[in-house]
Amino acid sequence: MSAKEKTEKTETRPKSEKNRSQAFWQSLLVPVLAVFTGLVLGGIVIAATDKGVAAAFGNFSANPVGIFPAIWKAVATAYGALFYGSLGSPREIIEGLRVYRSSGDMALLLKAIYPFTESLVTATPYIFAGLAVALGFRCGLFNIGAEGQFFMGALGSAFVGYSLIGLPWFIHLPLAILGGAVAGAVWGAIPGYLKAKFGAHEVVNTIMMNWIAFRLSDWLLTGPMKASGFRPVTPTIQRAAELPRFFPDPLRFNWGFILALLVAWLVYWFLFKTTLGFEIRAVGANPDGAKYAGMSVTRNFVLVMTLSGALAGLAGASQVLGVDHWVGQGFSAGYGFDSIALALLGKSHPLGVVLSALLFGVLRSGATRMQSLAGIPIDIISIIQGLVIIFVAAPAIIRWIFRIRVSEQETVLTRGWGK
Amino acid sequence: MPPVLQLKGITKAFPGVLANDHIDLELNEGEIHCLLGENGAGKTTLMNILYGLYKPDAGEIYVRGQKAEIENPNDAIQRGIGMVHQHFMLVPVMTVTENVMLGVEEKRNGVFLDRAKVAARIREISHDYGLEVDPDAYIKDLPVGIQQRVEIIKVLYRQADILILDEPTAVLTPQEVEGLFKILRSLVAKGKSLIFITHKLKEVMALADRITVLRLGRTVGTVTPSEVTPERLASMMVGREVNLTVSKKPPKVGDVALEVKDLYVEDERHQVAVRGLSLDVRAGEVLGIAGVQGNGQTQLVYALTGLAPVLSGEIRILGKPVRKPTPRKILELGVGHVPEDRQRHGLILSFPIHDNMVLCTYYQAPFARGINLQEKVIVANAETLAKQFDVRTPNVFVPASSLSGGNQQKVIVAREFSRPIKLLIASQPTRGLDVGSIEYIHSRIIEKRDEGAAVLVVSSELDEILALSDRIAVMYRGQIVDIVPAAQASKEYLGLLMAGISPADAAKSVAPVAAGEVERVF
Ligand SMILES: Nc1ncnc2c1ncn2[C@@H]1O[C@H](COP(=O)(O)OP(=O)(O)OP(=O)(O)O)[C@@H](O)[C@H]1O
Ligand SMILES: [Mg+2]
Repeated sequence: MSAKEKTEKTETRPKSEKNRSQAFWQSLLVPVLAVFTGLVLGGIVIAATDKGVAAAFGNFSANPVGIFPAIWKAVATAYGALFYGSLGSPREIIEGLRVYRSSGDMALLLKAIYPFTESLVTATPYIFAGLAVALGFRCGLFNIGAEGQFFMGALGSAFVGYSLIGLPWFIHLPLAILGGAVAGAVWGAIPGYLKAKFGAHEVVNTIMMNWIAFRLSDWLLTGPMKASGFRPVTPTIQRAAELPRFFPDPLRFNWGFILALLVAWLVYWFLFKTTLGFEIRAVGANPDGAKYAGMSVTRNFVLVMTLSGALAGLAGASQVLGVDHWVGQGFSAGYGFDSIALALLGKSHPLGVVLSALLFGVLRSGATRMQSLAGIPIDIISIIQGLVIIFVAAPAIIRWIFRIRVSEQETVLTRGWGK
Repeated sequence: MPPVLQLKGITKAFPGVLANDHIDLELNEGEIHCLLGENGAGKTTLMNILYGLYKPDAGEIYVRGQKAEIENPNDAIQRGIGMVHQHFMLVPVMTVTENVMLGVEEKRNGVFLDRAKVAARIREISHDYGLEVDPDAYIKDLPVGIQQRVEIIKVLYRQADILILDEPTAVLTPQEVEGLFKILRSLVAKGKSLIFITHKLKEVMALADRITVLRLGRTVGTVTPSEVTPERLASMMVGREVNLTVSKKPPKVGDVALEVKDLYVEDERHQVAVRGLSLDVRAGEVLGIAGVQGNGQTQLVYALTGLAPVLSGEIRILGKPVRKPTPRKILELGVGHVPEDRQRHGLILSFPIHDNMVLCTYYQAPFARGINLQEKVIVANAETLAKQFDVRTPNVFVPASSLSGGNQQKVIVAREFSRPIKLLIASQPTRGLDVGSIEYIHSRIIEKRDEGAAVLVVSSELDEILALSDRIAVMYRGQIVDIVPAAQASKEYLGLLMAGISPADAAKSVAPVAAGEVERVF
């Protein structure tokens, strides 16, 4: 068959669509394997630090086979606790459902789904913050400032949440959310503007803005925004500003999660279906080409840093309005920094970000349980996260481990004329 | 003695394209073997296979009679195969020496890079083959012609004796081409064997010992220059008769569409590159700017299209003064721009073809409604244009990076020509294109002119300028030194001006205009 005939045969739409979905699954391959490898290596670390395994090794000459059950026990206990702590037990959930059906008593069911809802609660700010960083990446910007923007967003929404009194919820809640978004946006826009105007690198400036945010919040929490009492925390927000919860206490699962999914969809639509997103992606992929096409590179930098800041601000807002209802020192627990890793893992795609955020939510909320049940330090989760990121950032390692051939379309051998 | 290199039945398919279909090729020692073929015929793919960048689906490679498994470029280098790529692979922020030693670092005391030793070896190679370069210069500061020398030195430094040169002349000025040919001849004189890819039939006739023509991934045949004419080669490549002359009616000249007065422009290193340039282009005519590359043509076009700021001077487009031009402002006045560097400016390589086809108009109806991109319209538009402009691609969803060089150019031309433009600025419009595509693009340019558009063509290819232009301006050191009517312009006179001889002195040795109408063969 000649090349021409072949070309014509494949010119039909279904084939290209098939190629696209194939490409989609292929793009999932590396992240999934990275997570898997990260968990396996994490297991090795767990085994290596486990007392039982150490004891079995001490007994190696007498009973060499004994180390295997010991290793298995250590890893299974740890990961068992991790996933029990983050997903709950299917048996308990079924039991809970049965009781609810027969007697209408929800207590058992709520207890059973509690771990899973907690994972979703943890995933919520991750989704927002991950979207923030991913949006920056799409425009070729490295927003390390999500942490600071997160803080400012939290403070902004808390301020709106406690200072306005007597508003109905359908006004107060949107205002409080907006307060968080705007505060984050301002924090993102400043480095964006500095980059556009003076060419100052956003990495440096967003780091600086982080420090300003930390110190500023210290001052605000001990001064202007401090609630009466001793602790450096803001007053509790009004009921009307809270993101409503789905279940009675102690389940904290709230509308923030739904909002996060909505915003993820919105970001997807914005990036891939609108002219503004087209520009952002063009600027990110080839600023010279974007300029040639009449796009303003600098304007897009400011726009994206502002939106990115707003998204990170929403992360803070969702945490305050949905979960904590007030802000204290050390409030963020590194959401902003984790979100960089998360955006990388999600390949800067909103869907990828949502999936990675769910994974991070599961790992983070299960870690506490793992610590209390199996005595494994929470830090192991950071190690696993770190490994996953290394593998995602250096996919060659994963390809090498699993002998995946690089598809030739990915190796771009082309460069500009003499560039 | 067996040939130094034998390719047998090489086959390679990409999704939707059979790029190489049982290709055979033989290279003898001390031979310059030209590989000829349309854009997308599979030349680069074949060479990438030989160099170990792609794995063939079928076929065998023999080096000096021995079967060779070439898995990666290191295998190729070990067997003495070196490649100068179609698009250079240099690190711009490193020096010549550093680029040459990249991957084969020479060390002192096992730790420190021995730049001096490498630099000395570079000087030696430079001297042996006439490849003048400064080992300490940064790549980003070097003109393309010199960058290419660095690529060749890189290959020689790795002691290759089979050299693959993929379209080395596409980016060179005629003088640089002459220089390159000298270098290549001295290489074969010293026993090296060369595979040389080009689209320029004249070069093939001048340089080749043997010529192999590819079409649609297959070998059409191998011939020697004495057996064929350029016309015969062209039709072997394209599979039909090709008209190598541009036929055009006399121009119907209208109002001034582009007016430039006393223009000054800086280059990226803040050197004044355009100094006090004035010209005008009328609707319905083609003004060609001839000149050796690096005389400010690039900056002139950048300024006219809003890519570089104007230091001083005046630009009027369609009668309107353009102050602080931005690309979008100029675009919306009805200006089309085929940029010189197609991969830097002309395309977003990672974007699919359909998005590249609307790169400048994505925000306008019918491609957008409000801020909503109309995906169906965009795809349909790309499919129509790809058919109309004969872009060879399996579909319009593949990224532009997967197209062959020539087809990338066709995407740009299709995009710019499909807009209603009144002024066309085309910089090196056919660089790297095959004769069939050149014929096509030239005829489209003339068509635009006949529709009443003003056309400014910048090309370092004097033949192209002569074939397309109604008037020819020669640019030297940032100024227009003379403008002559193209129909009678003498090539020798233009050549002298391009070399920096003043019009008065040049006129003393040759007549500025030839005696009668000159036939223009491209
Ligand atoms: N990495 C790739 N992925 C998919 N298709 C490819 C890839 N590289 C090349 N092709 C396709 O293979 C065919 C041959 O391309 P190739 O680059 O070898 O052509 P060429 O003869 O070098 O053309 P040109 O003269 O324009 O450089 C083209 O149809 C091209 O689109
Ligand atoms: Mg090629």
